[in-house]
Amino acid sequence: MSDAFVSPAPAATTASVTPAAVEVVGVDKIFTAKKKATVTALEKVDLTVAPGEFVSLIGPSGCGKSTLLRLIADLDSPSLGSISVFGKTARQARLDQEYGIAFQQAGLLPWRTVTGNIELPLELHGVGSAARKARSAELLALVGLSDFAQSYPDQLSGGMQQRVAIARALAESPRLLLMDEPFGALDEMTRERMQTELVRITAETGAAVVFVTHSIPEAVYLSNRVVVMSPRPGRIRDVLTVSLGSAAERTEQLRENEAFFENVSRVRELLHGEAPVGIRGVETR
Amino acid sequence: MRSSAGTARTILAPVLLGIALLAVWQLVIVAFDVKPFIVPGPVAIGGEFGKNISTVLAGAAVTGWNALVGLVVGAVVGILFAVLAALVRVVDELSAAVVSAVAVVPIVALAPVLYSMFGAGAETARQLVAAIAVFIPVYINTLRGLRQVRPVHRDLLHVYAASAWQTSRTVTIPGALPFIFTGLRIASSLAVISALIAEYFGGPVGGLGKSITTAASGSNYSLAWAYVLGAILVGLVFYSVTLGIERIATRHYKPAT
Ligand SMILES: Nc1ncnc2c1ncn2[C@@H]1O[C@H](COP(=O)(O)OP(=O)(O)O)[C@@H](O)[C@H]1O
Ligand SMILES: [Mg+2]
Repeated sequence: MSDAFVSPAPAATTASVTPAAVEVVGVDKIFTAKKKATVTALEKVDLTVAPGEFVSLIGPSGCGKSTLLRLIADLDSPSLGSISVFGKTARQARLDQEYGIAFQQAGLLPWRTVTGNIELPLELHGVGSAARKARSAELLALVGLSDFAQSYPDQLSGGMQQRVAIARALAESPRLLLMDEPFGALDEMTRERMQTELVRITAETGAAVVFVTHSIPEAVYLSNRVVVMSPRPGRIRDVLTVSLGSAAERTEQLRENEAFFENVSRVRELLHGEAPVGIRGVETR
Repeated sequence: MRSSAGTARTILAPVLLGIALLAVWQLVIVAFDVKPFIVPGPVAIGGEFGKNISTVLAGAAVTGWNALVGLVVGAVVGILFAVLAALVRVVDELSAAVVSAVAVVPIVALAPVLYSMFGAGAETARQLVAAIAVFIPVYINTLRGLRQVRPVHRDLLHVYAASAWQTSRTVTIPGALPFIFTGLRIASSLAVISALIAEYFGGPVGGLGKSITTAASGSNYSLAWAYVLGAILVGLVFYSVTLGIERIATRHYKPAT
């Protein structure tokens, strides 16, 4: 239980003055489909993400990972409980563009160039064309696509499209990134390269990340903490703190590392473990 | 290399087929001694077409212009109306009934009424007939396209807190472009047909429709068919130009992730 609320070392000193990046308290989400049984997608979910922290949500499909992310993004609202983002309501945080978001589908606009896609949020929020151009050039360099500024999405590979989507999510320098299986549709090689890049990008931008995945190595490689969820109803089963060092230390070699494998096994055990681990499972029954 | 060979084949095959069909047609005319009032042979039609090329072109210009005005007006009104219907629910509900009613009316049947409204000396009635005929498929297809927004795009624009108009401008309308062009392709042929048929019901002379009826009633069958050939060519030009613009405008609309 306490694990879920411990901030990682760098953020701990400022935690009292800076509000948490994400604070989810006692959230339930119940879907009521027409003429069908209701689905309890989330039950009694508590989660705090500190500024600059990388948190992964992992669990079998249908356990409510996307639902939780959509609630934080104010794409849907909780049936019970409260959500705040940087001390604001989820809605206010969305209106203030406090977060950037990326989905499993890159969701680029096929009729816009790469630059046009990255500039979309800036354009919608009234940023002048010179400033837009400067920012998109910067972001293209960050994701390594400077040579493709004027290409169209149909001329890019899946991995490149996803990098454009990440650049777009970063366009307004958000302090929080919400990502729903952004590498889910990529092949293993591309996927690992994207993971390494994401570690570098988040280190450079200092943004907090809530990252949905169902890949255990991916969660372990990327995260400060891994939140393990269980299905029907979706709950947080346990939270694992991963300490694999700073971004600079998390190189490709890390994937071969003893500590990495140890954490992978621990997450696997938590995922497959029969008895619900932690107090949360006990206190309800 | 392969694509140019492919293009050659897609162009060459229909051309060869067309030539073969024309040859068979001419052969049947000669072999069975078919009278021109039933159907003249391609050689006779081609001859009349060559002899009267200037009047055919003049007629094509008149009919083509009426069709073009109708196409542009009908398409602009159709697209604007569809955008409005997609944005404002009431407009959608009200227009649904009206559009289904208009869709079953044979538009050219309105021509005689419109001639008396605008005067028999003006081309306005013909352009209006074409415009109404164009409006229907453009409106229906555009509206269908405007309703096809991908959920991921909808979510994205919600996240950006975009206004309804911003959403239409950046996502909904550009996303509907392939559907709009489907409507326009259907409409381009309809515009020519409507403008042409409307001439049968009155109005000033000079267009291809009037020339066809005049030549036919004067028993000048090969000439009548030469004008029909002119009308077919006008229709083909309208269709090809629309298709060409569509190809260029939607060249990047591949299924994207
Ligand atoms: N809009 C919705 N309406 C009804 N049920 C939904 C909706 N969205 C998700 N669900 C249900 O909620 C549960 C959790 O879904 P989701 O959050 O997408 O799972 P995950 O992302 O972990 O695979 C599933 O049982 C799913 O069927
Ligand atoms: Mg999901």
